[in-house]
Order: sequence, then C-alpha cells, then structure tokens
Amino acid sequence: MDPLLGEPWTLSPSVALRPERFGALAYHFGNRKLTFLKRPELVAVVRALGDQPDIRSALDAAGVPASQHAAYAAALRGLAASDMIRPRRESA
Amino acid sequence: MTTIERAPAGSLVQQFEYGLDAPICLTWELTYACNLECAHCLSSSGRRDPRELTTEQCEAVIDELQRMQVFYVNIGGGEPTIRPDFWHLLEYAVDHQVGVKFSTNGVRINPDRARFLASTDYVDVQISLDGATAEVNDYIRGPGSYDTALTALQNLKDAGFRDAKISVVCTRQNVGQLDEFKALADRFGATLRLTRLRPSGRGADVWDELHLLPEQQRELYDWLLAHGEDVLTGDSFFHLAAFGQALPGLNLCGAGRVVCLIDPVGDVYACPFAIHDEFLAGNLLDEGGFQRVWRESELFTDLRSPQTGGACAKCQFFDSCRGGCMAAKFFTGLPLDGPDPECVQGYGQSALAGDRTVPSSSQNHSKANPTRNQPVMLKLLTRRPVSACAESPLAGYDPAREQESR
Repeated sequence: MDPLLGEPWTLSPSVALRPERFGALAYHFGNRKLTFLKRPELVAVVRALGDQPDIRSALDAAGVPASQHAAYAAALRGLAASDMIRPRRESA
Repeated sequence: MTTIERAPAGSLVQQFEYGLDAPICLTWELTYACNLECAHCLSSSGRRDPRELTTEQCEAVIDELQRMQVFYVNIGGGEPTIRPDFWHLLEYAVDHQVGVKFSTNGVRINPDRARFLASTDYVDVQISLDGATAEVNDYIRGPGSYDTALTALQNLKDAGFRDAKISVVCTRQNVGQLDEFKALADRFGATLRLTRLRPSGRGADVWDELHLLPEQQRELYDWLLAHGEDVLTGDSFFHLAAFGQALPGLNLCGAGRVVCLIDPVGDVYACPFAIHDEFLAGNLLDEGGFQRVWRESELFTDLRSPQTGGACAKCQFFDSCRGGCMAAKFFTGLPLDGPDPECVQGYGQSALAGDRTVPSSSQNHSKANPTRNQPVMLKLLTRRPVSACAESPLAGYDPAREQESR
C-alpha cells in the first residue's frame, strides 16, 4: 500500500482552479505553471484534499474506487512536483 | 447559433480544438503608439489610436478577466510602457489575480522601473531583440534599438529581476545567431524565446526578404530539438513538426480556441498574428463584453468546429502540422485549407508560385512620416545608375522629370 495515501495534503495557496469541460486548469501564480487536470474526478480529489484527514479519504470522498488509488497517487505525485499540491502541516 | 457536440472525453488536444470557456493565452495590445518603427511589426504600430481604451475601460477589462479566471495576459503593443497609465494597469491586474507578462523594446526600463519590477511577483518581462548583434537587430528594428534592449536587460539584472525573457523573431538574417542569442540570454540570467516571423501587418512588406529559407527551417528545427524545454517558442513552430518529431508544446493552431487578441480599441481578434477584419470576432465594449465575444461570437464558434484539411488532408504529415498557421496562409494570399507558405515538405513554395492575391491590410497605425528611429533596410540606390560609360556630368539628368518629382 502506498504510504502517500495516508498523508494529509492540500491544494497550494497560490493555485487557482478553473473548471473546464474536461476537468480543470490549475494555475500556480508563484511558479507560473499551468497544468491540466484531465478528469473531473481528479479535480474533486484535489479540491477535497484540504478538508480530509488524508489522501485516501479524499479519494473516497470523490468516489474513486480503491482499484484506481495507485493511479491517482501517481497523478498526485506529478502535481506535487510542481507545487500544485503540498503536504499539510497540522497545526498543534 | 450552432451548437457543437462535445465529446465528454477525448484527448486534450481535441478538447482544445473545441475551445475552452476562457482563453489560456490572451494577448492584449494596450496601444498602437510606439517609439520604434520595426519593419516587420505585426500590428503596423506607430501612432496612438484616438479610440484607445481609457484607463477605466482597461480596468473593467481586467475585472472581467478576473471573473473569467484568465490567469495571465501577455501585454504588448505598440510599446505598452509608453502609455502613461501602464504601471498603474500593471499593478491593477496583479492585484486582481491576473498575472502579466509584457513585451517591450526596453525604452522605459530604467533602473527605477527595473527595481520596481524586481519587487513584484506575477510580472514577467519580455524584451524584444531581433539580432544578437546591433548590426542585425537594428537593420529591422531601427538605429539604437539594440542598445536600448541591452540597457534594459542590464538594468533588470542589476536590480535582481530574475528570468527575464529575450524574445526573438527568427529571420533569414538572425537564424545563424541562435547560439549567440542563447549566450546573451545566459549572460543576463534570462530565458530565450524564439518565435516565427509572420507576414502580418508591416511584416507582409518584408516577409519575402526576411522569412527563413528552406535549409534555415531545418537548421532551426534541429536547434530547437537539441535545446528542448530550455527555450520558449510560444508554440510558434508547429509547422516544423512535419520534419518528423513534434516540438515541445501543443502543436496546434489555438486561434479562437485557446488563444485570442484584444487590440487597443477593444476589438477581439482570433490571434495576435491576425489583426484583420477577416478574423475580427467583435468588440468588448459591446453588450456582453469580452466573455460574450469569446464564448458566442460567430467567428470563434466557426473556428472551433471541425476544420477540413483540404489539400493537406492527403499528406502523410497532416497529423503533425495540421496544415500550419492560418495567419501565414491568409496574409500570403493562400487558401486557409491548403499548405502553409513555409510548409517544410515544399508544398508551400509551389502554392506561392501559383495564382494568389495578397489581401490588403484592414488597419494601419504606421507613422505617416518616417522618424529617425525608422529602420533603413538599405537599398542605397533609389535611382537607376546611369550607364558607366556616360561621360557627361549631366548624363541621365532630365530637368522636366526632376521638376515633377519634387
């Protein structure tokens, strides 16, 4: 099981999402990177990250079946590489 | 109105061909006024248009772009920085979540402005330079323009501005300087951006002399492949994809689908290289504003419907180049569903040799009288030389004709 799934993450504060028919555009105002979220489910996951205790719960909340969790974890790693999403530090 | 049937899934490129709810890449030319008179100016700039959008109208445009979530705009001109409210509009945009990349010849990037720019986030500066040496650059951009650009780059560097862009239109004269351009960019901690010369605006007058020769296109293509993502191209060279391998980027014509242009008077065109009535979708001062033009104009709806490849559809490279650039075809008088004038498979050359009528321009803001900044694309002999063996000092002098031409 991918340990990433148990971690708390969130959308970066400098990122804006613009809904499009295929999913959404994500734009990072800091590093000016534009990324395409090519599935509506992925958009739902990314939006849910900040409100859920961990990535697995966000995937469940967005209705992503467990069989696809690994594929989504890979997509999320890609988004993390350009700081679209980042690990959430729980305030004590 | 035609409703386009949208596939719920499909490749991203297909989705782009259907058009997005708002543009990704929006160019906004703030003014037709310019201190320079570049020979190949896409927008035939020079004089300010009296109908130019006011500061309040520009702010309203920015408000609308914010509502539509257009994340950034490419601001150009003319020379945008000579608008007195330029720096105000820049801050206004950034404060409204619309990032700005602006193109300038550098004339107003003094040390003070450079420090201001270095202190802002979300602002990108692009300095235009069309030769790695003054000789090559000033030939088409005008005397002194090389020094102006390099001074601006130096000021930005000294102020700590990071990653400025050096934007080069590739021409027959400068394409041999690609390595020198790259070295120049490295020297200023800048990124090199190469774009295609289009026969648009005054570019139509010089295209025959300046556009790349077939072997230069190959040279450029190989250079771009070797430098990959380190060099920006604004997706400019997708017609070169027919050499074989696709270049980084979307490799499609985004006109009216993901790209458009707002001109200084609020007219919305399909792309920055197509300022002509034929590609005018509407004006954002009309009811419904920019959003209505983008989403509902007849022209953009048309551009988003499936396009036929015409004669090109039979070519085995059609899937790579998609027939090339619409504007390049239009302004050289070629049919829009035929080959690009610079088709790398050679179909453009034969098309150019055939019957065609180059369209006349539908706007021209060039200065009525040339100034000292006008490039002199030297043709020293304006009169035919008299025969070498004519000994009379008055040979070829015809008082009647001379009188007429005064």
